Formats: sequence, C-alpha cells, structure tokens
Amino acid sequence: MSIYQCLKLALKSISGNKMRSFLTMLGVIIGIAAVITLVSVVQGFSNDLVSTFDSIGTNNITVTLNGRGGNMNIKPEEMIQLADDNRDLFSGVTPSVTLVGAVVKYGSVNISSSVYGGNEEYAKIKDYAVANGRFISYIDTTNRNYVCVIGTYVANELFGMSDPIGKILKINGSAYTIIGILEEEGDSTETSTDNMVIIPYSVASRLARNSRISSYTFVATDSASIEPAKSIIEDYLYDIFEDEDAYNVSNLSELVDTIEDLTGTLSTVLAGIAAISLLVGGIGIMNIMLVSVTERTREIGIRKAIGGKRRDILAQFVIEAIITSGLGGIIGIIVGAVLSTVLAKLLGVSGGVSLGAIILSFSVSVLIGILFGYFPAAKASKLNPIDALRHE
Amino acid sequence: MIELCDVYKIYDEGENEVRALDGVTFRISEGEFVAIVGKSGSGKSTCMNIIGALDVPTRGTYKLNGTDVSKLSDNELAIIRNKTLGFIFQQYNLIPKNSIYENVELPLIYQGIPASKRREMVISSLERVGLADRLHHMPNQLSGGQQQRVSIARALAANPPVILADEPTGALDSKTGKDVMKFLMSLNESGKTIILITHDIGIAECAKRIIRIHDGKIVSDTQNIPKPENLE
Ligand SMILES: Nc1ncnc2c1ncn2[C@@H]1O[C@H](COP(=O)(O)OP(=O)(O)O)[C@@H](O)[C@H]1O
Ligand SMILES: [Mg+2]
Repeated sequence: MSIYQCLKLALKSISGNKMRSFLTMLGVIIGIAAVITLVSVVQGFSNDLVSTFDSIGTNNITVTLNGRGGNMNIKPEEMIQLADDNRDLFSGVTPSVTLVGAVVKYGSVNISSSVYGGNEEYAKIKDYAVANGRFISYIDTTNRNYVCVIGTYVANELFGMSDPIGKILKINGSAYTIIGILEEEGDSTETSTDNMVIIPYSVASRLARNSRISSYTFVATDSASIEPAKSIIEDYLYDIFEDEDAYNVSNLSELVDTIEDLTGTLSTVLAGIAAISLLVGGIGIMNIMLVSVTERTREIGIRKAIGGKRRDILAQFVIEAIITSGLGGIIGIIVGAVLSTVLAKLLGVSGGVSLGAIILSFSVSVLIGILFGYFPAAKASKLNPIDALRHE
Repeated sequence: MIELCDVYKIYDEGENEVRALDGVTFRISEGEFVAIVGKSGSGKSTCMNIIGALDVPTRGTYKLNGTDVSKLSDNELAIIRNKTLGFIFQQYNLIPKNSIYENVELPLIYQGIPASKRREMVISSLERVGLADRLHHMPNQLSGGQQQRVSIARALAANPPVILADEPTGALDSKTGKDVMKFLMSLNESGKTIILITHDIGIAECAKRIIRIHDGKIVSDTQNIPKPENLE
C-alpha cells in the first residue's frame, strides 16, 4: 500500500473521530506549546539582559577607589597615563563622577537630574551620541570649563521648543554653558537615561562630596585583553595602596557569562518540565491508538482477509499516530507562538519564537507519534485474521 | 489445485478438546463447483477458513497449487488471499466507514494496482453485480442482498481463480439468496472454481459436487447434477 493511501486512510480515521482526535492531540498541543512558550520567554529575557549589559559595554572595566584611610593619592592624569602607556590593551579611559539628584535650574524651572563627570572620551565609552552641538573636549577638562551636555529630557523640560545651545543653566547653584544635546537614549522621561547632564570631570569633582574622583571606566581593546588589562590596573593600584581592599576592578563580561549560564540552565529545566508533559501526551496517543486498534479489530481482520499485509496494517496505524501527533505539534507550535508573543508583551521582554524550538518540538512530536504509535500498530498487524474477524 | 490431506483442527487440546476438523482429506480441481454441507457446528467454516488461508490446521497439510500453505510466510499468505482467493462471508464483512467503491477497491490497493486502472476494475466488478450506480453509497445505505453483492464484487475485483463463499445466502431472504446462487453458477460457467458452504440442501444441489461433513468428518463426497430449477 502506498504512502498516499496510508495518508488518506489516516486522515479519514482522524476526521471521522474529530472530538477524540482533538482530545488525543491535546497532550501534545499543551506539551509543545509549553516548550515553545517557556523557551522563547526565557530566551527573550536572557537576550534583553545581555543586550542591556552589552550597551553598557562588556569590554568596560570599572575601577572604584576606596582610598586608604581617606588618603587618596591618585590623580586622574595618572590613571589616564596608565591607559596611554598600554595602548595595545586599552582603547580608552574616562574618570567617572556621579552625582544623583542634583538640582538643575534654568530661569524659574527646577528639575532634579543626574549629573555625570567625564572626559572627552566619556560619550564614546558610555555609547552616547551628540545630536546637536558638541561634546566635552580635552581643553574643557584641563581648563575646568563650566560647560555641559544635556539629555533630551532636560532639554525638553527646561527649554521646550527653543534651542538650549549657548544658554546657561545652573547645577546646584553654579552656572554652566550648554554646549551640546545628546540623542534620545530612552523615552525622554524623568526616569530614563535622558534625564542627565554631563560636565567635565575636573569640574564635577568639585561638586562631589570630597572633591575626589573615585571611579574610572577603562575600555579594553577587545574581550581577549580584558584579563591582562585588569591585571595591569590591579598591579598598578596595588603598588600605590599596598592593600587589595583599597580598590575594586571589575568587568561586566563575567556577570554576563553568569547570567547566560543561569538562563541557559533555567530554560533547560523548564524545557525538561515541558518535555514531561510531552511524554504524557505521547502516552495519551498510545492509549487512544490501543483503543482504536481494539475497536477496529474486525476491520483489521477484513483487511487481512482480502490481502492486507502485516506492514500495510502497521503503516496504517503508525501513520495515523504520526499525523495525530504531528497535527498536535503544529497546533501546539501556533498556540506556543501566540502565547509567547502575548506573554513577552505582558512581561515586557523582547519577543520572537526561536526557530530552533519550533523545529525541535515538531520533530519531537512526530517522534512521539512513531514511538507511541508503533506498539499498538504492531499489535494490530500481528492479529490472526480469523481471530480478528470473529471479534465483535 | 486444492488438496487437504488428513487435516485436523483441534480447539482447546486436552480434556475438553473440540475436534472441529477430524481428519479431513479431499482435493478440488480447477473449475469445480463444490458445496460443503452439514449442520451447524459440524466444522464447515473451520474447513473453509483453512482453505482460505485465514487459519492454519492443527495437523495435516493443505496444498494450494502444489505449495504447502503452512510453510508460507505472513506476507506470502497475504498475497495468496489477495490474488488467488476471493472470500465471500455470510456477514458480508464490508468496512462500514468506507463507501461501496472504497470497499471494492481495497484488494486492488493492497495489490498495488495504479489508481486509474483500479477505477476501471472496481466499476466493471460492480457492474457484474449490478451496483455500478451505487459507488458512493455507504454499506449501511444498502439492503442485505445489495451488501452481499458488494462483497461478491470485492471478491471478484482482483479476478481470483477461486471463490470461497461461507453461507453467502444465510443472511438473505430466499429470493435474494437465489439471485446470489444464480450469479455464483454463472461465475462457475465462466471458469471460476467455487467452493460454497451451506446448510440448505436445495442450494447445495445447484453445485456439481457435494461434500457432507458431520462432527468434523467427511461422511460423503458425491458428484451432483446441478438442479437450477431449485432456484425458480
Ligand atoms: N475459536 C474457536 N474456539 C473453540 N472452538 C471453536 C472455535 N471455532 C470453532 N469452534 C468449534 O468448532 C466447531 C466447528 O465450528 P464451525 O466450523 O464454525 O462450524 P460450522 O461452520 O459448520 O457451523 C464448533 O463446535 C465450534 O464450537
Ligand atoms: Mg459456519
């Protein structure tokens, strides 16, 4: 009997028992939908996390100085020199001063904003782009010019439609000339990164509590240089402080690796749980196929009596099982795709169903059909024709 | 072409064994029209099932066209059932979910005949039994006599040389039963070997040879001059 005939037979049998076929498929549908949804959502979540860190910069090395008994004896110029001396490992460095909740004022409008101090490389290192005007220059930092670059939220709030460049605003009481506006980074709201002001670090250090610069961001040339770059910084700092607790040198790529490991494990575990429900679905198929074989014993007898071979009967039932589970798989994929899209929206993670998960789960559902359909089919094909015919 | 030699079929061997066939020997040649008669439970169906390669004897040999059927594989048996033997059952044994057309087509599908040729064969076979206008009816939409004619069409579809009919008239009213018998006689005229089971002696007398069976043993085996007038 040809495959085409088998397919026709199987489809006929499935459509002749729609409700039962659907209930049989349900196990596979739920299993596949669960696999796809869980894997997609976890993967979306993980991708979001990783890309967040990537935008911060995985090649960035953050150095924090705690000082030793309040005695801080490193100048920013020394740190910059350290990077300059090792150009093969470092592609940039900036001192980094952070001042949260500074009062930024223009005319009669007051807002609370985050103020950051950096050098001319700060924008490149933090991946900010200037939309209008220019960024802080080397001269600005060495001359301690009171200039600033503002985010779109600050620009909108303080200046509305008018051009802020050249205007003078006040940060915690001191006057700064606006030299540039950053491109929109977030969504221009108060809580986004667009609510910020960047000023030369040399000026910012005066705003900071004890006029010290306690943080630097180095950029390694590539991921391979991260480790040697870190040790150079650590060695340099140890020579100065002779105390490992006086400083901290860290890099995000380790964290990203950990997160990737973690979400990988998480999705494996979830997929495992979902796979169990697939197994249950497979057993459901086997159960129904066994019932179907019993119900159709007489039909099998007739088929054998008029020349149906063992393999014809086997093919008929196996293909029926494969189609049932394959159809369940396809429905499960659709349900899973819809569900993961909806869930991704609800949870605010990036969507997208992984093609790998679709291919894998479809193959698994077909495999389930073969695996769990084979046993009942083999049972059917081995029936003695005369016993099958006598069956009521 | 059909040779049974000392064939036994024993159910539940041991103390309460049933000897459905108790040492049966006969041979049937090509073109014969044999009626096997006997009362209910005498072993007729058991005998027919063995001839039809649906069942195997407990002991003894059954040779079909010179080959020992008991030595054949499952596959080879299926081919014999498909090409050499056409079985007509008392209960018709049509597949209820398949149309008349599909039922008659089935042995041809198993034979691997291409679709276009199948169609021709199915229609010509249904024409012979006068049901070519019912191709797409389902079995339960037909009367008993019509269903039996479908099962005859199915048995004839692959054009086997031997037709086995186990009480083909048993479930039919006498008028329809007689029509079926006339049809079987005409098939025999056209050269087919026919083996018929019946407990109705009037029907048996339409055959050219009558084998009487009682408690699994052959009690007589005689030539007969067909009496078609029994069917009037
Ligand atoms: N599968 C079986 N198991 C046990 N006994 C059986 C079986 N099939 C038939 N028999 C017995 O074998 C005998 C012959 O049966 P059967 O050939 O069907 O008779 P007939 O067709 O002449 O009415 C009967 O006594 C019947 O009860
Ligand atoms: Mg009988």
